[in-house]
Amino acid sequence: MISLEFDRVSRDFVTPSGALYRAVDDISLTVDAGAFLAIVGPSGCGKSTLLNVAAGLLTPTSGRVRVDGVDLDGLNRRATYMFQQDALLPWKNVRDNVALGLTLAGVKRVDAHARADGWLARVGLTDFAAHYPAQLSGGMRKRATMAQNWIVDRGLMLMDEPFSALDVHTRQRMESELLALWEASEGGHTGPPLRREGVGADPRVGPVQNKTILFVTHDLDEAIALADEVVVLSAGPASRIVARHPVPLDRPRDLMELRTTAAFVDLYRAIWAVLREEVVKSQRTNRHV
Amino acid sequence: MSERRGAILVWQILVGLVALALWQGLVALNILDPFFVSRPTDIARRVATWVAAGTLWPHLAVTLQEALLGLVVGAALGIVLGFALARSPLAAAVFDPYIKMLNAIPRVVLAPLFLLWFGLGIWSKVALAVTLVFFVMFFSTYQGVRDASQVLVDNVRMLGASERQLVRHVLVPSALTWIFSSLHTSLGFAMVGAVVGEYLGSTRGLGYVISQAEGTFDTTGVFAGMTILGIVVVIVSAAVTRLERWLLRWKNDER
Repeated sequence: MISLEFDRVSRDFVTPSGALYRAVDDISLTVDAGAFLAIVGPSGCGKSTLLNVAAGLLTPTSGRVRVDGVDLDGLNRRATYMFQQDALLPWKNVRDNVALGLTLAGVKRVDAHARADGWLARVGLTDFAAHYPAQLSGGMRKRATMAQNWIVDRGLMLMDEPFSALDVHTRQRMESELLALWEASEGGHTGPPLRREGVGADPRVGPVQNKTILFVTHDLDEAIALADEVVVLSAGPASRIVARHPVPLDRPRDLMELRTTAAFVDLYRAIWAVLREEVVKSQRTNRHV
Repeated sequence: MSERRGAILVWQILVGLVALALWQGLVALNILDPFFVSRPTDIARRVATWVAAGTLWPHLAVTLQEALLGLVVGAALGIVLGFALARSPLAAAVFDPYIKMLNAIPRVVLAPLFLLWFGLGIWSKVALAVTLVFFVMFFSTYQGVRDASQVLVDNVRMLGASERQLVRHVLVPSALTWIFSSLHTSLGFAMVGAVVGEYLGSTRGLGYVISQAEGTFDTTGVFAGMTILGIVVVIVSAAVTRLERWLLRWKNDER
């Protein structure tokens, strides 16, 4: 289990006209080990910047990131990153894509493929192992990407609106599958271990370490449905944290029913009251939409 | 699919036949003078004679050898340098004006120099082919590497790739698309380089055959030489297409 801490992180960018643009300003935020934390905010509020800083792909202009209490220097080797865009290699078939992290680590091809097949079974892509990404639907590509990320089994998962390009129903399925995977990982949540149908059934996959998840989205609905805590960022530039809401909904969650429960609706109303103002602000400045 | 391919083949042959018939007809009607443009039947007969007598093969072999060497050396240099400069923006900026200058030199001007430096044998022709192939390959490799998607690069790095693995798993495959699309052009250029080199000074090769024919106002011989050149390029190009289709098979969406 890995904790992640942003300590007074700010990040500037140079605009094409040469001016300095501050994306995020003085963000301090701790993601507890094993927690599922969602960040919501209007478009252009620097959500992706925060993730890129946590991944080590960007260095903060000031402040620091700590992973399990250790200052991050360079790439974050304890994290995986699921991007908004498709990031499967188009010239590798699905099996090779899923096995990629193992191949890069020097795992023997046979072993890497065996474990990849386990993961393919787990995400329901066994029949598509030899297909290339261009031959899959959007939802299938996301499932392959999840397997690609889970197979390397790092303690921290960074997710940048991974399902935003999908249609509503596919999206809900992917959210459920993500929760199922997360809840099935050892501990997965703070309560007793859970067993879900079809998950963890494949012995080739083996035990998976507990994951801390930092999930960025502009969709409040998705944030509440998935996370233990929702953090609201203000409209950019110079985004700050404007609110933190714990999500005391029981797990495992049934996403098909959850959204109509009274507890969910109340939470949604409360957080939306805060988020709404930021969305209005961002639409007024309208510089990133 | 194959039905469509068959239809295309029929049309391709038809277009060729119509053009040849037109040519032949215009000469027969005395509208064109065979002294200047020969006629298809004479050209075909000449090619057949060369093939039957076996005089064609040594010349063709020399030209192909030069073109192939030019292609391999030019492509290797272009790909390596294209990669190096694409990975080092500073070096790219420094070399940029020189590369543009060198690329602007008309190769015909270089041919006599190469004759002087490398002699009448095959190497002066190989050098000429290299100067043509190199730039095509260099620019497409450079572009291909620079064009590699940032998300793919980031993703592979997050999954644990070292710099070398990044090159192998992302940059090379990404550049391959570009490299292959320019391979056809390069192939044509390699042949042009070899033939022009022979034409300007040699004792063997298709360019030599053509220049000998021109020296005696033998237009039939000139056209016969060009015909053989064309046929060879079409055959080799088809082979490259097959190789390309296999290497880039991930691009064919079969769904």
